[in-house]
Amino acid sequence: MSGSPAVRSGVSGVSGVSGVSGVSAAALFLLGGAALAGSAAVCVRVGSGDVGYADLAAALGRRLGLAAEPLPPLIDSLVWDLRLPRVLLAALVGASLAVCGAALQAVTRNSLADPYLLGVSSGASAGAVAVAVLSVGAGSVGLAGGAFAGALVSFGLLMLLLRRTGLDSSRIVLTGVVVGQLFTALTSLVLMTSGDADTTRAITHWLLGSMASARWDAVAACAVAGAVGAVVVQACAPALDGFSFGADTAASLGVDVRATRLVLLVTTALLTSTAVASVGAIGFVGLIVPHGVRFLVGPLHRVLLPFTALVGAIFLMWADTLARVAFSPQEVPVGVFTALLGVPLFLLVLRRRGEL
Amino acid sequence: MRITVENLSWSVPGGDIVRNVDLEIGSGETVGLIGPNGSGKSSLLRCVAGVRTASAGTVRYDGRDIRGWSARRIARHTAFVEQATESETDLRLGDVVALGRMPFRSRWRGPDRADRAIVDAALARLGLTGLRTRGWRTLSGGERQRAHIARALAQQPRCILLDEPTNHLDVRHQYELMDLLAGTEQTVLVALHDLSLAARYCDRLVLMHRGSLVASGPPRAVLTPGRLRDVFGIDAETGHDGLGNLTVACRGVARDPA
Repeated sequence: MSGSPAVRSGVSGVSGVSGVSGVSAAALFLLGGAALAGSAAVCVRVGSGDVGYADLAAALGRRLGLAAEPLPPLIDSLVWDLRLPRVLLAALVGASLAVCGAALQAVTRNSLADPYLLGVSSGASAGAVAVAVLSVGAGSVGLAGGAFAGALVSFGLLMLLLRRTGLDSSRIVLTGVVVGQLFTALTSLVLMTSGDADTTRAITHWLLGSMASARWDAVAACAVAGAVGAVVVQACAPALDGFSFGADTAASLGVDVRATRLVLLVTTALLTSTAVASVGAIGFVGLIVPHGVRFLVGPLHRVLLPFTALVGAIFLMWADTLARVAFSPQEVPVGVFTALLGVPLFLLVLRRRGEL
Repeated sequence: MRITVENLSWSVPGGDIVRNVDLEIGSGETVGLIGPNGSGKSSLLRCVAGVRTASAGTVRYDGRDIRGWSARRIARHTAFVEQATESETDLRLGDVVALGRMPFRSRWRGPDRADRAIVDAALARLGLTGLRTRGWRTLSGGERQRAHIARALAQQPRCILLDEPTNHLDVRHQYELMDLLAGTEQTVLVALHDLSLAARYCDRLVLMHRGSLVASGPPRAVLTPGRLRDVFGIDAETGHDGLGNLTVACRGVARDPA
């Protein structure tokens, strides 16, 4: 052993959770689950209006069919129709984006990869603009519907351009950038030529991401997409480890490289599209959460992915709560806070890993 | 495991990289694959390892055509150690070696007790036991190379394919590795640049030139001064050291290579 043992044990000692014992990882995960539940309760409570934990319990209890003291309708509505779906949506979107980021970083072997790498957020904004400014769909589809359709169209174009290729890493990244640029340009073109000042402002706000319009239907959509996506990505966990040394080594370890990449691209694109359509393009979660969690539990995906989902959920829940209350009654787009919170955390992780 | 390569070609737009290669490797044989840069050694290895599909021809494991086999099925027979092993990962060395158990594991489970015992044995065989918790980025080039070889052994393959595995290794580890490969019961096909090392340890040498297989046989039959000049472009003579091993002494670049 050479070098500085103190630094080294600081690095591999912490990441030692990954392989050595499933027991400590499981205990840590339970702890994280408790932190998630606790955070959710606190985040529901915080904000304008006097809401206590008892109110939350009562609102939940009534829906679960338990005999509970009926709440005043205003408080009940605040908890059940506004706060709770918003907090849950933040958790689901945070988890989805973080898992997508972790998967795409491994698939493309690019530590800068994030869920928007595939260009779906640009497609979503183009779709949203088409609905809001050009009235495509004549009012039959909302902003979310337009955004989801736009995301699918851009992903379809991406896959069309990637057809008959081996889906190799650099080609995915470059084609994704190209497709993203195209749809960004289309969005700008429509906004500049046809949009009025109010629409432009509304769209810009939406692009930065906001959970303000969170409702139960969006929660349901993200929960279904998130559950399916999480299972599919988790099933690919060994393959994602195999990609560490490139496609040929992965193949020699029994990974069907092209099929795995295809499954992961489609899954992450659908998951990201659902998230973006619900709340806009919230940046930074999908980039930094996987890096931070890798630092905590090591890079083995079987352990990394569940923890990434957990931390992503907690992180976005708190970022959104801050966005809601920090400059109350004015609400700041949550993307601003994910960056404001994320940048220092990220720098800390890089520093501890000796990369800065 | 017996490997049979029949009339194998592998092409890219612009030309054939491997051309009409026929090769038979007996079970347990250690065969050295030699040839200058760009002669098609790595591509041939990739085709035999099943990570590239041949443009024409067949690869057989124990007589069975592997075309259409799943990557997992192939990985249960053959391990492959690539030449370039760069990675941004911070996997620990032990985790990298444990990747060799992947073809035998459910996608939902981590390594079990039996897997860990196999990984421990592979680590011990390459002298890496003390480094198992070290992060990948803290390892030297030679340690990484040995980790990949341990990973291949953990795969418990019936055939090991290696692309210039002695790169990055110091002299002692080069000899240790070649001892290991020559001593194993597994079939070994190894691409090598060091001709004396290849001659000393391999049962048979296979010489490639511009994508074609130009000679195959015992080292002293393949490594003749004429071939060394024609294929490698060197002016060399062969001899024997005190132990009776074939040696290749290069005097310099050949004046008028063929």
